[in-house]
Amino acid sequence: MFEDILITIATAATPLLLAAIGELVTERSGVLNLGVEGMMIMGAVTGFAVAVTTGSPWLGVLAAILVGAAFSLLFGFLTLTLVTNQVATGLSLTLLGLGLSGMIGESFVGRAGVKLAAIRIPYLSDIPYIGRLIFGQDPLFYVSILLTAGVVWFLFRTRAGLTLRSVGDNHASAHALGIRVITIRYLAVMFGGACAGLAGAYLSLVYVPQWVENMTAGRGWIALALVVFASWRPWRLLVGAYLFGAVSIGQLHTQALGVGIPSQFLSSLPYLATIVVLVLISRNRRLTMMNTPASLGQPFVPDR
Amino acid sequence: MRIELVKRPQRSALFSMLSPFIALGLTLVAGAALFLALGKNPGEALYYYFVDPLHETWSLHELAVKAAPLILIAVGLSVCFRSNNWNIGAEGQFIIGAMAGSILPVMFPDFQSWVVLPLMLLLGVAGGAAYASIPAVLKARFNTSEILTSLMLVYVAQLFLDWMVRGPWRNPAGFNFPETRTFHAFATLPEIWPASGRAHWGFIFALLAALVLWFVMTRTLKGFEIRLLGQSPRAGRFAGFSREKMVLFSFLVSGGLAGLAGICEVSGAIGQLRPIISPGYGFTAIIIAFLGRLNPLGIVAAGLVLALTYLGGEAAQISVGLSDKVARVFQGMILFFVLACDTLIHYRIRLVAEPAVRGEGARADV
Repeated sequence: MFEDILITIATAATPLLLAAIGELVTERSGVLNLGVEGMMIMGAVTGFAVAVTTGSPWLGVLAAILVGAAFSLLFGFLTLTLVTNQVATGLSLTLLGLGLSGMIGESFVGRAGVKLAAIRIPYLSDIPYIGRLIFGQDPLFYVSILLTAGVVWFLFRTRAGLTLRSVGDNHASAHALGIRVITIRYLAVMFGGACAGLAGAYLSLVYVPQWVENMTAGRGWIALALVVFASWRPWRLLVGAYLFGAVSIGQLHTQALGVGIPSQFLSSLPYLATIVVLVLISRNRRLTMMNTPASLGQPFVPDR
Repeated sequence: MRIELVKRPQRSALFSMLSPFIALGLTLVAGAALFLALGKNPGEALYYYFVDPLHETWSLHELAVKAAPLILIAVGLSVCFRSNNWNIGAEGQFIIGAMAGSILPVMFPDFQSWVVLPLMLLLGVAGGAAYASIPAVLKARFNTSEILTSLMLVYVAQLFLDWMVRGPWRNPAGFNFPETRTFHAFATLPEIWPASGRAHWGFIFALLAALVLWFVMTRTLKGFEIRLLGQSPRAGRFAGFSREKMVLFSFLVSGGLAGLAGICEVSGAIGQLRPIISPGYGFTAIIIAFLGRLNPLGIVAAGLVLALTYLGGEAAQISVGLSDKVARVFQGMILFFVLACDTLIHYRIRLVAEPAVRGEGARADV
């Protein structure tokens, strides 16, 4: 029972973590992409469509990653090449993604999905209490943890990571040093898109192997809030994603127990929790000032 | 080939006029390509989308019904976006406004008098403004991102409405359907021209709101303050304007108008509360605000265009068998093209052949 709850928390947290870790890298390079929800839902619908058509969930995952990255390129072209407003462009990416996914997915509504099977390491997964939690989950769970570790290593242990952070903190100086600001930002935006697509595929291939319109239900926005909550630190992001996973699973279990609280109130808890957490984090101005990438959301036109 | 931007010495007046039209043109081209990809005759599909709904009087009325909430919300949002406040939760403020305005006809159905309707409209404005004040206060006081908080509150509002119409406010004589009782005659927003169609007074309110805000934005000190704080917060501070007060002001205006749109929609077009009362008006209004170049009069025109996509979506579904989901794709594309075309206002775009030495190589100035 205890282990089951922990595993469901991990299933709720993994899509948030996947989308948020990508957005964290994007924001570290100084670009605020509010299109996470749109890229995520595009990943969910293509992942589902490809998996159902070909019968292979792995092809679905691959397609979702590619579509997420391609969709983010649209955002990249507008904000980086045409220097449009990042907030408005991100919003339009979300609106377009929600519309487009509804159209693509229309013929897949109600179709039985293909589930990405869980990995089960023999013997180890039989360890009581923690065996299945650590050694018996779906492959994307491990991907999300490895990805977090990989991003930590990349950002803080490699030269390329240092370059990316310098672009996010001061694009003018980085440009003066001969760093290709725009190229690096394009790559960071595409990484964010690929991760968001993967997170979407997790929803439609693992979480509920089905296609439902608007099935992301604001998770892309919660992922954006998590990045702020984590003050742009990957490990804190992991903690935050699991806290949110716990809140959303907690409210589901409370609903199942039938404790006389209307289900709609419980369902609104994750959204309210997001607001509370954002307020708690941002009221400490010194802390946020210190951690926010200094060029976040600022347009950059290289001078020649 | 590389794209290079060259900053114009001043913003181009020509392109600030033209850019919405170029964007609409590009959307039509992209739309035609989309229809072709879906295996439909693009000319026929576009005709049903953008021309057919304009043929009959009753459908012109329907256009006004759809445009009313869109314009009301979008002119409010233009004040926010101009002052660099990102209220993207208008959908939630619309819902709360609709609910606040519905208190009288739903809970006190026996209170029937001509004062009911004005009170409902006032409550609608108050409800929307109060709900918008939450992200505004959090931003002004704690520096919390208004983008995320206002959006989260949309989901909360939708769930709250869902609970109310299934629970406390459900029509006792409604066979358990999740609906409130239907509004009585005193609580119904009158039609402008009852003989010919459904268009209600909400459309008049929308036009009035656009006129008033246009006057405020272009002819008053408040308008100057809104634009200055948006363009240059530092200059605004030196001029003695308060950023915090502007956050609150812009959110109250846009929230109040979204609330008014909400109560007009339920009392004019729907006649009761249901679990879902808006096909995403609050989000479509963001597109309209930008297509109208954040100018209240431009927004009236843009609101009519976007209302047409809703009607055209229905018409094309019936006549050509196109999915009604295509309308939302259209709406998303419009915003993309508008933002891209707005670049032309501030920059000249040059195509430079790749191994470019400055001043040489093929180039085409736009």
